[in-house]
Amino acid sequence: MSTDQNSATAPSPVLFSGGVDVRLTDTTLRDGSHAMSHQFTEEQVRTTVRALDDAGVQVIEVTHGDGLGGSSFNYGFSAVDEMSLIKAAVAEAHQAKIAVLMLPGLGTVEKLHEAHNMGAQIARIATHCTEADVSIQHFGAARELGMETVGFLMLSHMISPEELAKQARIMVDAGCQCVYVVDSAGALILEDVSDRVSAIVAEIGNDAQVGYHGHQNMSFGVANSVLAYRAGARQIDGSLCALGAGAGNSPTEVLATSFERLGIHTGVDINGVLAAAEDVVKPFIRRMPIMDRSSITQGYAGVYSSFLLHAERAAERYGVPAHEILMKVGEYGYVGGQEDMIIDVALELRDGKKKASV
Amino acid sequence: MTTRTKGTAAIVGPGNIGTDLMFKLMRRSEVLDPRWMVGVDPSSDGLRRAKTLGLEASHEGVDWLLAQDELPDVVFECTSAKAHQANAPKYAEAGILAVDLTPAAVGPYLCPPVNLDFNLDAMNVNMITCGGQATTPIVAAVSSVVDVPYAEIVASISSKSAGPGTRANIDEFTETTSEALEVVGGAKSGKAIIILNPVEPPLMMRNTVFCAIPQAAAEAGALRDRLEESIHAMVARVQEYVPGYHLRADPQFDDARDLWNGMARVTVPIEVKGRGDYLPEYAGNLDIITSAAARVGDMMVAHKLGVDSGWVATDAATTGQEVPA
Repeated sequence: MSTDQNSATAPSPVLFSGGVDVRLTDTTLRDGSHAMSHQFTEEQVRTTVRALDDAGVQVIEVTHGDGLGGSSFNYGFSAVDEMSLIKAAVAEAHQAKIAVLMLPGLGTVEKLHEAHNMGAQIARIATHCTEADVSIQHFGAARELGMETVGFLMLSHMISPEELAKQARIMVDAGCQCVYVVDSAGALILEDVSDRVSAIVAEIGNDAQVGYHGHQNMSFGVANSVLAYRAGARQIDGSLCALGAGAGNSPTEVLATSFERLGIHTGVDINGVLAAAEDVVKPFIRRMPIMDRSSITQGYAGVYSSFLLHAERAAERYGVPAHEILMKVGEYGYVGGQEDMIIDVALELRDGKKKASV
Repeated sequence: MTTRTKGTAAIVGPGNIGTDLMFKLMRRSEVLDPRWMVGVDPSSDGLRRAKTLGLEASHEGVDWLLAQDELPDVVFECTSAKAHQANAPKYAEAGILAVDLTPAAVGPYLCPPVNLDFNLDAMNVNMITCGGQATTPIVAAVSSVVDVPYAEIVASISSKSAGPGTRANIDEFTETTSEALEVVGGAKSGKAIIILNPVEPPLMMRNTVFCAIPQAAAEAGALRDRLEESIHAMVARVQEYVPGYHLRADPQFDDARDLWNGMARVTVPIEVKGRGDYLPEYAGNLDIITSAAARVGDMMVAHKLGVDSGWVATDAATTGQEVPA
């Protein structure tokens, strides 16, 4: 039920079924993989999916934190092969669809086929916010497989709403059914989000939906999600207990309760989602995501949230402060996927060298 | 056939890569004379530029080239995988050596300091990818000393240097490069990642090579010293034809970790500064593949003619400009 204040500035087509005002996608088992150093067990995946499915969450994302094929030295190896985890999630989900993330340049169409064979129904294709055209091949492949598609414009804070809208158009023309403003660094504050959502709604109209994926590095994840909805976003991401990169994601249980208080129907049962967070996920979290010096620095300096644990490890290995590494990473403009540059920066800080090319 | 000391080259595909290659052959090869530039678009800038520099240029495609009275010794294919698959049998039938810069991989993967010697008599060779040219030598240097069960590379390039071909089929990059880490690099299994970064001013091409190594090789000692020597020696060999290729820092050795499935690791950070022959310096990714291709064509034709390649390694010899260290 929407009040006038909460109704969208532009109507979006109902591209998914479910009879809700806004669809929540839970990414505990994907973005949360970063905070778990990619060590999810099959049992953790099964219990989490069961709880989310029972609570009425309609989309559950399960993949290595860096998407299909992310298991690596650069991003961290998975304890359990992601295809086994996807298969287990599909087996536990009765009403929910299982989504997978992939980053072109890391994951490939072949991996997408494999995930589809495991039963994944939604393909979420992520690119840096200025590089949407590398996803055209993958949207085409996903649609050919009959998968629902979502496009992720990562580090959306780095470009203007108008530039972002142009990139969204590239994805939509390639077959993307919902373009997300992805605040990978938790750097967007209030109108930064609604301006971006509005610009994309204006550009793509009824051709596709708009979504928002928030991080808590500066605590705005939930507030930004409400503004995103008011600006026309119809899909919103969250994680149970905020489990995710950096200071974590917008908590799914807080999104569900806040939207209910605002009279915005998500179809999620409050008691169910609170139980999923409290009784299922919280007990297995090794390290609660928090706003601390390093993660706040990520929001402030606009640094990809999943760099956090890598920066902490490099800090320990090379004896330099993690927040200083992260500040430099922001200064140099490194983008998602460039975790290897953290070693570069740590060495530079240790040796007091300037980043000059030879 | 009279004894020749010089060979001729045709470049098929007059885009950025083909044009840079033309300048490299003109400036650096004493064996190869770039004589023909072939395209399909009459309004191509590259064809016009080639013509003003004295090459015979045509937009009538490979069939025009093959109908000439005199045929080239070597063709550099700078088109697309699809085009090369169609053209390769024609070059073979005409007895022309093909150096393929597309991902078609009709012939064996080739990286000059690693496996040129074994392939000198091949009639079609493939230049892998830009990331493959930058990283397979390092993996080969490591695998020549210790077993490498797994090698992984991350290639970061500036968005400006990623052309429409790369963008339309980025999977080709990851798949081809991964395979080359095994076939050319000697790793048991390989994984490749490519990242496009739009920051201004554009970033130089950066590559990080991670190799899984035995724990003994990660610990200080004779084995690790040999590994480091092998890496430095390989960097020097690549520098013979790509002077802007260098280590950003010394190889980093890490002890085995549970989170790495019990593997120890060596990390090798490489930067490639382009030579600025035609493309800007940040486009080291394009420079390394055109340099490798030019070098391969030059040496293979020299081998065929029985002459020394006489590669011009420094800019000073041709342009009088100083090469930055």
